[in-house]
Amino acid sequence: MKLFILTVMNGMTLAALYFLVASGFTLVFGLMRNVNLAHGSLYLLGAYVGFDIADWTGSWFLGVAGGFVGMAIVGAILQVAIFRRMQGQDLRQTLVTIGLSIVMADLMLAVWGGNTYQFDPPAWLSGPTQLMTAPVVKYPTYRLVLFGSAIVIGVGLWLLLNKTRIGMMIRAGVDDRGMLAASGVNVQRIFTITFALGAGLAGFAGVVGGTALSIAPGEDTRYLLASLVVVIVGGMGSVTGAAIGAILIGLAEQLGLVYSPTYGVVYTFLIMVVVLAFRPQGIMGKAA
Amino acid sequence: MTWIATAVKPATPAWMKAIRPQHVLVALFLIAYPLVASPFWTVQIGAQSLFLGVIALSLMFLAGYGGMVSLSQMTVAGVAGYMVAVFGTNSTHPLFGWPLWVAVPIAIVIAVAFAILIGIISVRTAGIYTIMITLAIGVAVFYFAQQNYAIFNGHSGFAGLPGPEGLGLNWRDPMPFYYMSLAAAALSYLAVVYLARSTFGLTLQAIRDNARRMNALGFQVNLHRVLAHGVAGLIAAVGGLLYVWMNGRVSPGTIDIGPVIDILVIAVIGGLRHPVGPFVGAILFVLMKNFAIDLISPERFNTLIGLIFLAIVLVSPDGLLGLWRLASDRLKAAGSNRQWGSNSWRNDNGK
Amino acid sequence: MALSRRNVLAASVALTVGFSVSAAMAEDTIKVGALATLQGAFTVLGEDGMRGVKLALQQHNMMAGGKKIELVTGSSDASPDSAVNAARKLVEQDKVQVLVGPLSGDEGLAVKNYAKTQPQVTFINGTSAAQDTTLRDPAPNFFRFTTDGAQWQAGLGEYAFGTKGYKKVVTIAEDYSFPYTQVFGFMSGFCKSGGHVVNKFWVPIGNKDFSSIVASIPDDIDAIYVALGGADAVNFLNQYEQAGGDKPMIGGSITVDQTVLGSKGKQQEYVIGTPSAGPIADDWDNAAWKKFVADYKAAFPDGFPSPSLFAHGYYISTLAMLDALDQVKGDVSGDQKAFRDALQNLKLDTPTGPVTLDKNRNAIASIFLTEVAKADDGHLYNKVIKVVDNVNQTLGIPEDEFMKLGAVSRDNPSCP
Repeated sequence: MKLFILTVMNGMTLAALYFLVASGFTLVFGLMRNVNLAHGSLYLLGAYVGFDIADWTGSWFLGVAGGFVGMAIVGAILQVAIFRRMQGQDLRQTLVTIGLSIVMADLMLAVWGGNTYQFDPPAWLSGPTQLMTAPVVKYPTYRLVLFGSAIVIGVGLWLLLNKTRIGMMIRAGVDDRGMLAASGVNVQRIFTITFALGAGLAGFAGVVGGTALSIAPGEDTRYLLASLVVVIVGGMGSVTGAAIGAILIGLAEQLGLVYSPTYGVVYTFLIMVVVLAFRPQGIMGKAA
Repeated sequence: MTWIATAVKPATPAWMKAIRPQHVLVALFLIAYPLVASPFWTVQIGAQSLFLGVIALSLMFLAGYGGMVSLSQMTVAGVAGYMVAVFGTNSTHPLFGWPLWVAVPIAIVIAVAFAILIGIISVRTAGIYTIMITLAIGVAVFYFAQQNYAIFNGHSGFAGLPGPEGLGLNWRDPMPFYYMSLAAAALSYLAVVYLARSTFGLTLQAIRDNARRMNALGFQVNLHRVLAHGVAGLIAAVGGLLYVWMNGRVSPGTIDIGPVIDILVIAVIGGLRHPVGPFVGAILFVLMKNFAIDLISPERFNTLIGLIFLAIVLVSPDGLLGLWRLASDRLKAAGSNRQWGSNSWRNDNGK
Repeated sequence: MALSRRNVLAASVALTVGFSVSAAMAEDTIKVGALATLQGAFTVLGEDGMRGVKLALQQHNMMAGGKKIELVTGSSDASPDSAVNAARKLVEQDKVQVLVGPLSGDEGLAVKNYAKTQPQVTFINGTSAAQDTTLRDPAPNFFRFTTDGAQWQAGLGEYAFGTKGYKKVVTIAEDYSFPYTQVFGFMSGFCKSGGHVVNKFWVPIGNKDFSSIVASIPDDIDAIYVALGGADAVNFLNQYEQAGGDKPMIGGSITVDQTVLGSKGKQQEYVIGTPSAGPIADDWDNAAWKKFVADYKAAFPDGFPSPSLFAHGYYISTLAMLDALDQVKGDVSGDQKAFRDALQNLKLDTPTGPVTLDKNRNAIASIFLTEVAKADDGHLYNKVIKVVDNVNQTLGIPEDEFMKLGAVSRDNPSCP
């Protein structure tokens, strides 16, 4: 029983990380219909950048901020310099993101090498927490913090999208881009902000996730795939969907790892296939 | 009046009219190539370009004519390779041990069935989703092959796969292998050229351009797309068999995400507009992969190929063929220039 | 349109003609190919392997048996397909006469199979450590002067049970052939001494989240045997420590090696005292080893702080080739028979002791039992506890008994 509860908790905290990564991905797709397959590379680059900043300044929080801000800047540059010229050509944009991911992955390998990087969170964030609930007595503090931060970010995103003017414009743009432009909104600016936000979230997740699970070459592919599956299951363009998808995938992965370790890693994809068979637009996606 | 029967020349069949001098030249070159090239150049450069081109051709068929960029072509090819190892003989994990003339058809049938299954899963979602879904399916198959020892022999895969033997030849020897690959490439090329002009192909292209209209006209849109996946699966399966026969081995590394993306890179670099594009892309890719270590640092091969890929996508959406076409159009001075942003890139309303 | 295709192909004709004229080889040069993982995530290891090759060649002034040695490099990305392609290029295009490599286990199996089709070339292993490369279906022209993954763990099981007093353990390792071999090597000694392995956790390759494995570790065990490598090991250590785990560890050969000890983070402290076993030990008090380390550091100031087992493996493999060539005075004629006989009968003096070959051309060498300790300047290293000499591929067990144990797999061996 204890193992089951622990596994569920592990699944939920892993889901928190997946949500953080996937939320940026689904935001960018939902508004700009840009399947950013370089999203994983942004995760990894944000982690490396954040790590260097944390190493240099000695503060983990600055590293986290650095990851977010750094990737937001990269995202804005990508949008303005490259993707803006290809508005409307979804396939071409996607192929560009694939090319970018190949080049970024190799350059990161050249700069940071093949070693693993581990972050040290501040001392009060590491080590086990004593929980009051039996039978689970100890649980890593950091994973609880991760879960908490995902909730904060998730709520923040929801508030942003639903309660602010910018959010309103983003939602309007998702529904009908032409109308939004016709009503006098600077659509390109919204796009840039959204892409920057999506990329920034990836960078943030990179530092935060890298602290829990370390970073190394290959993580970019792993988190890209995780984002893909989460977003396919949860529905494109929906932040709530990303949350639901992340929970499903996180739980499936951890439960699979414990109770069916041989094929556990395939189960997440099976879930994806089942969802596609019965509800192709994803759980919270709009009907195509 | 005497009725004089005038001798009527039999009409030249349409396909013969289409042959130009350069086609003959290319064919002669390809046939004569192994007579002048060393075994390394015949197999690792020549034959490899040909069968990688075949696999990329299957992607080009789906993407260029069908508007569906499928990243699972290498996976289908790999499945064919795995099945011929499972049902045929191998030296690591013998299972069925049937002779090749039984194992090969079975392998192809299974691969095509798998391709159709992928088609069924992915056609219910439209356009851009196809890339994501096929990528995810490809990765799922990779993990499964890596974890399963009963059928796929896990991480180690299969080695010691024999090549076909017949007519007194071992077809894995350099020259026979090259000609086998050349035959496969020629057949699949001609098949795609033919299909593109057939009713099926024209319907497929019309669906690519506006699926909603085709649906309204009464065409079975999803059926056509699934069938297209099947055809592409057949082509990829043939390429996959050649792939595993070159080294006599297959393992999860064959269908890892690297090779999967490589096929996309090859197809895009060559050009998605005409069936010769994938082969052009394959030649460039294979040359670079083998000689980058001599020319530049071997470690940055991926950066190099990624930059070329990016350059092609940014500058010339139709790949290398598009570049040549632009250059030769400009040289011609007269005539209309090709528009940028041609159909293969612009997505319709997502339907 | 039409012109373009012809132009492209005309260009490739020119290339072909240009390239297929291979340079005539001088009679007094021997071409040697070195194959390592110079692409992908294993690049750092491959580079160190190459350093081993270059150090050996430098020490011999690029000469052996009176002939000049010409080195050609080949690169793979740890996948068997890429290794065979690179090997084929070295053999068929660059026309090497000896090939040293590859680096990883599955690459070794693939290259061995390729070697069987190229009887005119001698293949000397780099560091690939899969058992079956030489134990089952060996190639007559494939020589392995390094030990395999099971040999690397010789003595560790007995030490863990007898000296450290661990009676019940669990094993955690990645789910593929090399860790199966490592666990086999450990359990061979451990189970025979009377120990119990209550559970074997096999983790999918690339998995990063060990939290549930950590949760599944029973409380009543004495130690955890961890045979993860690289990124996985660092992850596991971190997560185990964060979850409040405190059981001591036993390490596989690549678990507490340079790359992990060199990683940044807090888990270093946890690792001190972990026993392990492998083909080298960073701080062995032996003149030949110290000279090797000093030479390595002098030749490669930007290399690792101490040569890794990859540099070591490639170094002694190249050394074997050079020594054998010296013995036969550079005679590689007649299908290299004299050269290969020399290799088979070679008594190689290496920085880690003498190495000879068994009848499958696999190494019989010394294995080092180590424990992690902290040096005065704060860095961690593997301190030598014991040197086990003359470890052969059957780990001292009679051959027929050993073969009856069967091929390694998830469930074999087992002693719950």
